[in-house]
Parts: sequence; structure tokens; C-alpha cells
Amino acid sequence: MTGSPAIELLEVSKDYGARRVVDGLSLEVATGECLVLLGGSGSGKTTTLKLVNRLIEPSAGCVRVEGVDAREIAPHWLRRRIGYGFQQVGLFPHLTVAENVAVTPELLGWDAARVRARVDELLALVELSPAEFRTRWPHELSGGQQQRVGLARALAGGARLLLLDEPFGALDPATRDRLQQSFQRIRRELGLTVMFVTHDMTEALLLGDRIGVLREGRLVQLAPPAELLRRPADAYVAELMDAPRRWAAAVEALLRQPGSAP
Amino acid sequence: MSEQLALLPEYLTAHLQLALVALAAAALASIPLGVAVTRRRALEGPVLGLASVVQTIPSLALLAVMVPALAALGALTSARLGIELSSIGYLPAILALTLYGLLPILRNTVSGIEGVDPALREAAAGLGMTGRQQLLRVELPLALPVIVAGVRTAAVWIVGTATLSTPVGATSLGNFIFSGLQTRNGAAVLLGCAAAAALAIALDQLIRGLELGLRRRRRGLLAASLGALLALYAFTGLSFFAGRAGAARPVRIGAKTFTEQYVLAELLAGWLREEAALPTRVVHSLGSTVAFDALRAGQIDAYVEYTGTVWATLMKRDGAAPPRDQVLAEVERWLAERRIVVAAALGFENSYALGMRGADARARGLRRIGDLARQSPELAIGGDFEFFARAEWTALERGYGLAFRARRTMDPSLMYQALAAGEVDVISAYSTDGRLAAGDVVLLEDERGVIPPYDAIVLASEGFAAERPAGLAALRALAGRIDRTRMQRMNFAVDGGGRSPGEVAGELVAELRGRR
Repeated sequence: MTGSPAIELLEVSKDYGARRVVDGLSLEVATGECLVLLGGSGSGKTTTLKLVNRLIEPSAGCVRVEGVDAREIAPHWLRRRIGYGFQQVGLFPHLTVAENVAVTPELLGWDAARVRARVDELLALVELSPAEFRTRWPHELSGGQQQRVGLARALAGGARLLLLDEPFGALDPATRDRLQQSFQRIRRELGLTVMFVTHDMTEALLLGDRIGVLREGRLVQLAPPAELLRRPADAYVAELMDAPRRWAAAVEALLRQPGSAP
Repeated sequence: MSEQLALLPEYLTAHLQLALVALAAAALASIPLGVAVTRRRALEGPVLGLASVVQTIPSLALLAVMVPALAALGALTSARLGIELSSIGYLPAILALTLYGLLPILRNTVSGIEGVDPALREAAAGLGMTGRQQLLRVELPLALPVIVAGVRTAAVWIVGTATLSTPVGATSLGNFIFSGLQTRNGAAVLLGCAAAAALAIALDQLIRGLELGLRRRRRGLLAASLGALLALYAFTGLSFFAGRAGAARPVRIGAKTFTEQYVLAELLAGWLREEAALPTRVVHSLGSTVAFDALRAGQIDAYVEYTGTVWATLMKRDGAAPPRDQVLAEVERWLAERRIVVAAALGFENSYALGMRGADARARGLRRIGDLARQSPELAIGGDFEFFARAEWTALERGYGLAFRARRTMDPSLMYQALAAGEVDVISAYSTDGRLAAGDVVLLEDERGVIPPYDAIVLASEGFAAERPAGLAALRALAGRIDRTRMQRMNFAVDGGGRSPGEVAGELVAELRGRR
């Protein structure tokens, strides 16, 4: 099935009563690609993400996952194949770190030895020492550690597809930076296909192979970061791109100041 | 006291049986129902509303209402399906207690599940759990502390309320309390209360241990609490079936809720044991009509009734009653149609009467009820729980035009205190009450004969009469053996002398047997 996109949205719409949250959206995510959905609150980016793993069902249109209509796959089967992570993480407080990571493998019916090996492998992958963290409780972890466990849990079932909804949103800048770097490394190592929702322009530019800008449920522009910066489709995109541009210019200017060089 | 303590194992076991079965039934019914409510929000209003309504019914009334309800249901099931339901004893008590335990568990199950963080539901769904897996692996474990809190509340309520199942014929620690209050045995009341409280605390702590063990993963605690709880269930289960499987079924003697009934029930029991060598069991503290219904339903074999009660309350006759013999004959005929045998008239009458402080009656110049009519608007009357609802009271009110200033209902054992303290001026008295002679209380004459005669009669079911002819013969031999003075003396020995009904009745049995 080479060539068929990992995720495909065809004319997808979602209505809540008279309010249209996602409006005739079509896009494709290629295998191994990281597509970032960028937009303000109410732009429909989270809804779009949840349409993929059927946490939300579309009012119209069709979602295809690895070439198969998502409606033909039972929701729980679909979700076991697609990793899902979000800002609140949602680690189960009554389960240890290892048990949280083991949820999907156990749902898939793996034997105990395989589950244990997988948990250790993933904890190591997200840079948490298995020996130290396996038996910890979620409430004993820092925000960054919780996000790492959340990521490990999303990947534990062997998912090749990953849906992430502002996973680093609630973290301090230093922790966020470290996690973004870990994430990039893991994504490349495993060759994951990712749909990543954020409202942070810098994060979008750093992580996305392509960025889809959403506004009021419609796709305003879908392009690689460089093109978005050089040829914004409209004034809204241009304005969005202005902030990281100004920030980069300010950093550049600081670096060029005489006497600041060592 | 030692006599009371000897009863403790039996009452405690019976109480445990009631509480444990009702608690398990309540939990098994309300946890799934609570889960269903969280799945179908339309159910929440009706289900929780209904459970709340049940909770607002006073527990005693809920228990009492189970008796006629089950009797009606039993008539239906026995006619249609051939299934006999017992309308007194364990079944009504367990049903009522189960209903009583529903609300706290139901409400806590619903709020426990609804209180689960939405982020955790989303995570559970997003990881690929089915609805059932989300419930079993995430929602129920997280709601567990709240649900268990509900079960603990229910456990304490049920253990407490189970003391009220005595009047519907289920043995419980309430037997200490009901009979203790009647026979002015404070130690027995205290024993019943303390044992019930200790049981409630023990059960509560066991369930708490179970939850802590489960939640904190403390295997030792979990195993200990679970073991203790299972042992309790096993013990009560075994004793229940052991009780049922006993070789000879004892003759069950009913007693209503006052001293004379306790004494007479013990008398019948002792007499049957000695004279007919039959095993016996006294079913204590039945409500007045509960006793009659129980006899008709074959759930007790015999008890002592009064002709006037049958005449006025059951046959619903009003107006002036014919003479004593004629009432007895008509009552006998009426009962025979209902397959009940009058085994013997014991020889004394215990009628309702109006009593006053002697000094007061003399000062006011009152000797007959007719004299009372004029002065009644200045006076307050006290009656036992059923007096003002009885046909006799209506007959008195109408027949003499009585209109009292105030009317107070109280426990019969407290009426004499209330009269002596001047809190009421007139009381509904029994003519055999031992306290009449002891205190300065005079009875006003019913000169118009409004109150029917109240001969004490021993009623037995036809089933008993057929199965245990020797028992029936023994009961017949009691005819005319107790006079009013003797009954007054025995009542006073219990009410005023602090002796137990069993002792007093035992003496009479020995005396009657010796006299032959």
C-alpha cells in the first residue's frame, strides 16, 4: 500500500446543532510525516484530531486511516492502533507508571513477559529509568515526567500513528524544549506518522514537516514551514507568522551586537 | 441480666443474618442500578427520586407495610404459582431493610462515577478501551472510595433499623429493646442498643478495611477484612440453615407488644413444653394485627387474643356489645370460619378502661365515664400507640360525647408515669394492669357498656390443631385457670418488680402442674 496516505480526511464536517466546528476539511498525512494543525481556540483543530480516532464522529465526509474507512473499524480497535496524547495526559491515578504504560498492550492481549519488556523499553525511550519509575505513582511525578509517561503509554501498543493535542502545553519552557527534542528523536527513530495540534507558532515551525493553519473550521493554508513564512496565503497567516519572525530577528540582532561575542 | 445475656447469641446471630443479607442485596441491586443511571441519564431522575421517597418513609412504617403487602402478594403467588410467601418474619424485614439500604449506595455510586475526571475517561477511550473496560478498569476503581462510603452508610443504617424488625416477627437485637421497654428492664434495652451499636461499628470497620486493602494494595489488610466478612456470611448462612433443618419444628407462640402478652406467651410455651413435651419458640413483640395475620398465615401456631379486640377491630362491630358469653360464642364462630380454633378462655378479662389519679377523681367527683363527659374539655388524655385508632375509642367518644383538651399517644409503659406526673389526667388502662393496684389509679365505670368484654382466649391455627393434637389438648386444659387478680399480680411482678416474664410464667406453670 505504498503511496497511500496514513491519514486522509475527505470533505469532513462536524456540526454541533447549528454551529459548524469543522467545515468541509480535506487533507492527507503521508506515512512518516509530522503534520501540525495550527490555530487559535475555536479553530476546530482539536475536533479535527479527534475525528481521526473516532472520539468524535463526523457529521459529513469520510476519514480514512491507512487506506481504510474509519467507520468500518470498531472504535476501540482503531484507537489501539493510533497513539493518543493530550495536554492533561490523563494518567490513571490508581495505576503505577508501569501499569499505565501497559494499558494498551494488555488490551491487545499480550503475555506478561512481553508487556514487561515493552514497558521498560518505552520508559527508556522517553528517558525515564525503568528501575526508578516503574513502580512510581502518577502523583509522584513532575509535569514533564507525566508527559513522558503519557507519550510512552500512547506508543506502547506499537502504534505507527500518533495523535497529539498540545502535549507540551502546560510545561515550563525549559522542560518543553527538552521534551520537544526527545519527541523529534523518537519520531525519527520509530518512523512515526504524527498529527500534532498546537496554538504555539514556534512549536509548529520547529516540529512540523507541514503545517495546516485552521480558522473557524476551515483550512486556510497547508504548506511546509518555509513556504508558510515566505508566501502566507492571507493576512491571517501572515500575522501568525509575524510573531516568530520578529522573535528570530530580535535574537539575531542581539547576537550581532558588538562586544557581545566572547 | 444473665437471662438476657443468655439470649444474646441468638438475637445477635439473627440480627447479623438480617443485616448481612439486606446489605448484600442492597449493594447488589444498587451498584448496577447506579451504573445504569450514569449510562442513561434519563433514568437518573426517576431512579434516585424513587429511592429518596423510600427513604422518607419512616423505617418502622416501611417494615410494617411489608406485612400486608407480602400477604397480598403471597395470596397471588400461591394461587397462581403455588409459591407460599411468608409475610412475617425474615422476608418482610429483609425486604424493608434492603429498600432502606438502596439510596446511600445508589447515590454514591452515581456521584462516584460522575466524579471521575473527564480527562481520565478521554484517556481510557483514547487508549482503546471498550465501554465496559472503561467502566471496570477506570471508572469503578476510581469511584470505589465513594461507593464504599455509601455501603458503609447503608451498613450502619441497616444494622440500626434492623432493631425495628422485631414487631414484624423477625428476631433481632430489637427484641431486647422492645421487650425491655415494655417490661421496664433498662438493662435489656441498654444491652440491645450497645450490641447493635457495636455490630454497626464492627461492620463499618470491616468494610473500610476491605476498601483500604483494595485501594492501597495492602494484601494483609485485604485478606483479613475479606476473610472476616466472609466468615460472618458463612456463619450466619450456616446458622440460618441449621435453624431451618432442626428435627422437630418448634411450636411458635406469638406475643404482642405488652407485658401481659410476654408473660402469657411464656406461659403457653412453658406449658406446652411441660405438659405435651413439645419444643417451643416465642415470637416476640408482634404488632396487634400482625399477630392475627401471622396465625392465619400459619406463621405462628398460637397466641393469646382478647374477645373484644376480635369483636371491635377484626369483626368491626360497633354499638353496645352483647353480654360476655354471647360475644365469646360469636367470636368463636367467626374465627372458626377463618380456620382458627379458640382453644381456651383463660378465665380473666383484660379490657380497655379509662383510668385517673385517685385523688383527682375523688376531688372532681368522678366515678363513671358518663361523669367525665362534662369535664373532659379541661382534661388531657394519654393512650397507647393503637388506642386512639381503635374502634373502642370511637365508641367511647361517641357514646359519651367525650372531647378532651389534648390527646397524647405514648408507650404504655410510660403512661402511668405521665399520669402520676400530671402530664395527662386520663389514660387508657388495661384492667389487668398490675400498676393499677400499686399506684393510686381508679378506673371509671363504663356504665353504658360501650366497651365490649375482653376475655383472654388462646387462639390456635387449625393446622396446629391437626398436627399436634396433644398440644391442643394441653392448651384446652388452660381454660379458666387464671383469674384477674393473678394476672394483675404477674404483670406487676414484671412491670414493678423487675422480674422477667419467663420467671413469672415458669412459676405459674409449676403451680398449675402441682395443683393437679
